[in-house]
Amino acid sequence: MLRFVTSRLLQSLLALYLIVTATFFMLRFVPGGPFATEKAVPKEILRNLEAHYGLDRPLPRQYLAYLGSLVRGDLGPSFKYSTRTVNEILAEKLPVSLELGLWSLLVALLIGLSLGIVAAVRHNTWADYAATAAGTIGLSVPTFVIGPLAVLALAIHAGWFSASGWDLPSDRVLPALVLGLAYAAPISRLTRAGMLEILHQDFIRTARAKGASEARVVFKHALRGGLLPVVAYLGPATAGILTGSFVIETIFQIPGLGREFVTSAFNRDYTLVLGTVILYAALILALNLLADIAQAWMNPKVRLE
Amino acid sequence: MLEDQEQHRPAIGAESRGEFEDPRSDPSDSSDRSEPDRGSSPGRDAWRRLRRNRLAAFGGCALLAVAAACLVGPLLSGFGYEQQDLGLGASAPGARHWLGTDTLGRDLLVRLLSGGRISLAVGLSATVVALTIGVVFGAVAGYAGSVLDAAMMRMVDILYSLPFTVFVILLTVFFGRNIILLFVAIGAVEWLTMARIVRAEVLALKRMEFVEAARALGFSRGRILFRHILPNVVGPIIVYTTLTIPSVMLLEAFLSFLGLGVQPPMSSWGVLIKEGAASMEEYPWMLIFPGGIFSLTLFSLNFLGDGLRDAFDVRSASD
Repeated sequence: MLRFVTSRLLQSLLALYLIVTATFFMLRFVPGGPFATEKAVPKEILRNLEAHYGLDRPLPRQYLAYLGSLVRGDLGPSFKYSTRTVNEILAEKLPVSLELGLWSLLVALLIGLSLGIVAAVRHNTWADYAATAAGTIGLSVPTFVIGPLAVLALAIHAGWFSASGWDLPSDRVLPALVLGLAYAAPISRLTRAGMLEILHQDFIRTARAKGASEARVVFKHALRGGLLPVVAYLGPATAGILTGSFVIETIFQIPGLGREFVTSAFNRDYTLVLGTVILYAALILALNLLADIAQAWMNPKVRLE
Repeated sequence: MLEDQEQHRPAIGAESRGEFEDPRSDPSDSSDRSEPDRGSSPGRDAWRRLRRNRLAAFGGCALLAVAAACLVGPLLSGFGYEQQDLGLGASAPGARHWLGTDTLGRDLLVRLLSGGRISLAVGLSATVVALTIGVVFGAVAGYAGSVLDAAMMRMVDILYSLPFTVFVILLTVFFGRNIILLFVAIGAVEWLTMARIVRAEVLALKRMEFVEAARALGFSRGRILFRHILPNVVGPIIVYTTLTIPSVMLLEAFLSFLGLGVQPPMSSWGVLIKEGAASMEEYPWMLIFPGGIFSLTLFSLNFLGDGLRDAFDVRSASD
């Protein structure tokens, strides 16, 4: 188990390093710098600006300097917001996106797991068909269609929620629901498939023969094995929820990391873009790592591979 | 030699499929064979099962209808997709403009259909890019086995864990928003699952007798791989291609919705949904029609893909 965790951890760190390097050089080689504006900036000012941010030094030196400060956890100053550092901006935006992500994941798991378990236990009945159909519908209607429609129906016409913002507790409901529903669909499919496979196995028949109640069979015996595919999917799902929040934050005008990322990319705010990419990558890699470890913990076959 | 290491691995999925026993079971050449084995080729079996699946049949028909409308529709209409009627502005659906007009007085039906051309074209071409990379990569990894296979699949694992949406956004922001780049970027992201599936299939197939026979005849590796093994992977490839198209179209619409994909005055379904969402309070039809047709298309593709998966009896090798 320790070997498994170590090798996965090293793999994640390597991936993170590759991302940092690729993004760093990509940003340096794209046409148009952060100070390229509509108005021509006088050469002296431009040179001063570049000197201030260390952009006049040779590229390898810049790269090493960036790596050095990154190791110390310093992401540098923002190019666009001259008085703020990237760390400050990310610290302000990240909690909002994390909260949205957590609520959405909760919605996705609650709905997805219950639909999937019901569909598997009531296999080939109307409940199964209804749950499966709902899953395919959820899989096909994109969040940026459901989102505006939900705002139109529930916020503007019914007036239950405010159409945008992130101030009241009730402002969390619509965004989390819309984002979570998108991931409830695949989760319910995986749960159904996983549970169906397990419920047909011999040890389940044995448990039933020994007189275990149906609830005990489903929740105590079948669930652990049946949820394996779901656990494997949680890493990618959480990554998807994080990047899915780009759209949700735009629709509901939530001041989170996703919207900041798109804005900073438009502004060519190199350090902010780089910092956001690194943060996203680190989060996603960490989540994938956790999902892998959880999977190995639940299924000895994986870690012995 | 190279494949000794794979000798003890389970043949993923192969035991569930009888069709692999016939090396000539390529569905495309089964129709012009003269032997009286009608109705027994895997391709024809799959086709029969597919037609019996009502949801998949519905998906296929809806898809054909949408594609035909997008191809022919803009030619028949009296309006151009850029043609503005500022005096008219946004008008509700009526006799003259069947689906109404947008805030600049442009006919929504024409914009919807010509936007559909772009969305479908991006979906198809990006899928072809993904398909080509994925199949070649997966086939080579699976057939080579050993160290090369391990290295290539580790690379896929690492790429899988990267935040690709973030990279596609960066690419489109920095290198201008042109469509070619868009579908190359999307295609380059979506090939990973295909590579895994093809590798697993090739791994299972390469130990079968017909491959050994081909090797005994002295055929080159490339010929064995591409002429003998890959034709037997056609089923899974078709299935996952059908399932890749909707995710590609979703990514295109996602980018266009953020303002990073297709640029106005050109339209795509993502662009129209973005414009519709911006003015849905006053003109809900601007959101409902594009959202509806886009969802219908994704539905149909997913239904069709699921139906094909059942018809070809493909077990998911990816998850």
